[in-house]
Amino acid sequence: MLAIQSLSVAYGESVVLSQVNMDVPQGRVVCLMGRNGVGKTTLLKSIMGLLRPRQGQMCFEDADITAWPPHRRARAGIGYVPQGREIFPYLTIHENLLMGLEALPASARQPEVLEQMYSLFPALKVNPRKVAGTLSGGQQQQLALARALVRQPKLLLLDEPTEGIQPSIVQEIEELLHQLRGKGDTTILLVEQFLDFALGVADYCYVMEKGAIVLEGPANDLDQGQVREYLSV
Amino acid sequence: MDVWALQIFNGVSLSTILLLIALGLALSFGLMNVINLAHGEFIMIGAYTVYALQQAAIAFTGGPMADWTFIVALPLVFLIAALMGLLVERTVIRFLYRRPLDTLLATWGAALILQQLARSIFGAPNVQVVAPLWLGGNLDLGGDLVLPFKRLFIIAVALVCLAGIYWYMYRSNEGRRMRAVMQNRDMAASLGVSTRRVDSLTFALGAGLAGVAGWALTLIGPIGPSLGTFYVVDAFIVVILGGMGQIPGTILAAFIIGMFNTIFEYGTTAVVGKVLVFTLVILFLQWRPAGLMRLRSR
Repeated sequence: MLAIQSLSVAYGESVVLSQVNMDVPQGRVVCLMGRNGVGKTTLLKSIMGLLRPRQGQMCFEDADITAWPPHRRARAGIGYVPQGREIFPYLTIHENLLMGLEALPASARQPEVLEQMYSLFPALKVNPRKVAGTLSGGQQQQLALARALVRQPKLLLLDEPTEGIQPSIVQEIEELLHQLRGKGDTTILLVEQFLDFALGVADYCYVMEKGAIVLEGPANDLDQGQVREYLSV
Repeated sequence: MDVWALQIFNGVSLSTILLLIALGLALSFGLMNVINLAHGEFIMIGAYTVYALQQAAIAFTGGPMADWTFIVALPLVFLIAALMGLLVERTVIRFLYRRPLDTLLATWGAALILQQLARSIFGAPNVQVVAPLWLGGNLDLGGDLVLPFKRLFIIAVALVCLAGIYWYMYRSNEGRRMRAVMQNRDMAASLGVSTRRVDSLTFALGAGLAGVAGWALTLIGPIGPSLGTFYVVDAFIVVILGGMGQIPGTILAAFIIGMFNTIFEYGTTAVVGKVLVFTLVILFLQWRPAGLMRLRSR
């Protein structure tokens, strides 16, 4: 579904990603692991089109999207839950969710799907008129997830959804990912540092170090000791 | 007592015009970080649009319709100023996003071109728009307090525009997109919003509002090619005092500046009044550099 070939990304002179190859097959959960600052978020941002690659190619459903602007990628079916949530702090919960429908053609923006999100995340339903910036971190994470899921993306990019979140909500998110995986309509690329969480939901894993892929394999075949070594600080 | 009431009334009247001008500036700064020195020229374009329409009406009908052209001109003024705004955005500003100093120079250049264009078409001397007869009267509140209909009319129009903007920003889908882009441009784009389109629309809206301000100004005095420069400085002060890109702050600041301008000018002269206002604003910004209002986030 998503194929990345020899992708290199740089901020000015400093190269952050070099020659990354990655394949995210339809209906699978692929996990990208690695320490802080190895380029995981940079890769997701490049897939979303927020950063311009210096070199390489990205294909989504057989279309070459390398030169597409972010909104076009979103409209093609890529959903993004960034690190740090990045909800719109001065919009209400409801308005944030409406923003999630922007990628759909105007005729397909059904308000009923918002109800599905409210039943999936009851915490958001308590007061949809509440300004999103006043929510707790966990609620903001749920809102960011709902905002991405509301338009049923074909590919979901999830950047550290468990970072700084209370354990009960981490568990809810894990269950949600299992549900999505069970349904099989949403392909997921997950960035995660928490090994048990990652191996629990992923089909396939990539490990990154200094901007390059250093290890990859099916989640159940992976040498956990080796992965831990790459993740340890 | 009546003298003071009249000054306050004049202050409100000036404030509403300033507000119309400053709103467009605040939006383009809040959304795109663009400091648009050509904003005043949209005021001038608005004013000359009324003038041109009225001259055409007089030429074709010999006069009787001239009264009504003023009202008919309003939607047209908004549209033409908005289109000119779109033109400036598409040809100059879009290439300079994220380069505030370059936009400063480029928009100043655009302002000079637009002023010269007006001079070439309409001539350098000031011209006068004939105000409709039915706006000629006064509202006599007894004593010395006499409020001209013209100024009351301007206040009413400005309030209607303000309500329209409020509706657009907080009730319409376009407004929601605009606020989302203001708060987090990358995220809005990642959700499928064409930020280019939002930028253009917002810029055109701001220019259109400035055009409406120009339309209103034709009621209080003659108009000339450099009409805009006079007001745009005050409007910039309003935006800075209000807190960059802040609509409620801009509204409050417009009333403060409008009031102080009028009151100080009454006690002294126009120049001294302006100096006093600027001094107060500078002192205030020393104390609170972010302006009157500031967005808080956790």
